[in-house]
Amino acid sequence: MDVFDNLMLGFSVAITPMHLLYALIGCLLGTMIGVLPGVGPVATIAMLLPITFNLQPVAALIMLAGIYYGSQYGGSTTAILVNLPGETSSVVTCLDGYQMARQGRAGPALAISAIGSFFAGCVATLIIAIAAPPLAEVALKFGPSEYFSLMVLGLVAATVLAHGSLIKAIAMVLLGLLLGLIGTDVNSGVLRFTFGIPELSDGIGFVVVAMGMFGLAEIIANLELKGSREVFTGKVKSLMPTKEDFKRAWPAVLRGTALGSFLGILPGGGSILAAFGSYTVEKKVSKHPEQFGKGAIEGVAGPESANNAGAQTSFIPMLTLGIPGNAVMALMIGALMIQGIAPGPQVMSEKPDLFWGLIASMWIGNAMLVVLNLPLIGLWIKLLTVPYRYLYPSILVFMAVGVFSLSNNPFDLVVMAVFGLLGYICTKLECEPAPMILGFILGPLMEENLRRAMLLSRGDPTVFFTKPISAGFITASIILLVIVALPALRKKRQEVFVEET
Amino acid sequence: MEIKSPRNFWAGLMFVAFGLFFTIWALMNYQMGSAVRMGPAYFPAVLGGLLAFLGLAILLMSVTVSGPRVDRFHFRPLLLILLGNVAYGYTMKPLGLVLATGVLVFISAFGGHEFKWKEVALLYVVLIVFSVLVFVKGLTLPFPLWPEVLGY
Repeated sequence: MDVFDNLMLGFSVAITPMHLLYALIGCLLGTMIGVLPGVGPVATIAMLLPITFNLQPVAALIMLAGIYYGSQYGGSTTAILVNLPGETSSVVTCLDGYQMARQGRAGPALAISAIGSFFAGCVATLIIAIAAPPLAEVALKFGPSEYFSLMVLGLVAATVLAHGSLIKAIAMVLLGLLLGLIGTDVNSGVLRFTFGIPELSDGIGFVVVAMGMFGLAEIIANLELKGSREVFTGKVKSLMPTKEDFKRAWPAVLRGTALGSFLGILPGGGSILAAFGSYTVEKKVSKHPEQFGKGAIEGVAGPESANNAGAQTSFIPMLTLGIPGNAVMALMIGALMIQGIAPGPQVMSEKPDLFWGLIASMWIGNAMLVVLNLPLIGLWIKLLTVPYRYLYPSILVFMAVGVFSLSNNPFDLVVMAVFGLLGYICTKLECEPAPMILGFILGPLMEENLRRAMLLSRGDPTVFFTKPISAGFITASIILLVIVALPALRKKRQEVFVEET
Repeated sequence: MEIKSPRNFWAGLMFVAFGLFFTIWALMNYQMGSAVRMGPAYFPAVLGGLLAFLGLAILLMSVTVSGPRVDRFHFRPLLLILLGNVAYGYTMKPLGLVLATGVLVFISAFGGHEFKWKEVALLYVVLIVFSVLVFVKGLTLPFPLWPEVLGY
């Protein structure tokens, strides 16, 4: 069987001591930054990106991937023990996980979320192994119009997962697309929106934007809040969930895995959307919806499985199409390009060791996480008791080192500060930065494919609706927009987001 | 006309400003081209127009539907954090990693709620040791450690 052979090849690559070590480093680092609120995988991977230049491509990707899914595990620990999302995707876990901790059941909550995540990780890895090859085959036939429509779908999906107002999210996407165009226009060689600043001729670095909008803005916002965190340190005694817990959690894990795997594949989807979706589903199908928000174990098991499954399957569009579904995947593409590998459907056939090695390492990494995470819980709790006044200058130093090392140019730090300001203003005005970042990444790609598509069709815009695959993507985008705009569902969506605050 | 939702009002204004800026700047400075052969102005002008239009819609919403006020801006952390980063960038080459890190740590620590010299100094020492060991020795990033004038 093909899948089996490929996975064997992958494991033979991933099991070498060097790669195991990098997977371990990635997982530990990922868990650590996942535990710490305010440091996300985006900032961490961005910081390590210049460094991966010295590594072999497989080792670099294995480590960076480990950071991403490791952070999903770590984020839930903070959510359960401190009621703060260590990671954005564990926002939902706070709802019931923290309540369980208050009832003295932090141990089972942590155990169930780790086991659920592990199960989801295994299934999602298998899905990638089975689904990626045929998808890459299809993707090889994609023309510019298909790529353009697919990106439209991705951006629409990104607006759906944004909090609050849909129209503001769309505006943020447009703003991101525009900011992404800054720099040299590839077709004409014209410098656009550079205002005579030579540093801008290559465009604004994505890493710099992401660190400013997410990293700096978040630190500034955190410094506004006073008050201490309540950490349930003493109460993590027995980790073992009861039989009853297992009985209630299993169906939730299964549903969460299925939903998360599916939503992760959508460009713009990924772990956050998956977690929210799963919580809503669990509450809907539960026989005791009144227990949700008061420590229902399904409310932990479902979203935790979903966000890990989503994190894993969001590699599919990146690996098969070369399209980043979220900010982390954009950085992965950056890592590939640093190594001189052009992302796209050809990666699988040209670099099978890299492709399958990465996939196999995900399974190994998940196994490492479940084994390591629970015994190390004491260490992570210690980390959480470090006061923020020590933490944030440290984070700032790491971010500054990372940004400065990109090109050894102080101008990058100025740009980061500008985006920190923009990010802070956006938080105050309730405009989500995530859709903007995705727009920023896709801006130049979209323009390029739009131009090619229009050139091929001789200026006929109906080409996006007449080609079947492209029409499918556009239809899906429209359906998604209509669904979200419908009043009944909008109410539901607001409910979920209100609960979270 | 009364502003019922200040958050939406300012957000709308921001989007209109960005949208108009990109459209007008693109139209004034770059070639539009045609739909078949798009010039450098085509995509930004269209997107900017769309953005301004959405901004206008948000503005209209802000005078019809009521919403929350804009939370107070905290300028102290905002300015000090941003300043710390910019200062770090511009002190790195002349002064080296050790002093630039000091600049960043101390300026940003002033942005917090409490500032204790002893604590910040200790944190600074820890961060410097870590930076030198991990970034300069371990990962061999090409940062100068000490001020240029000292001849290092």
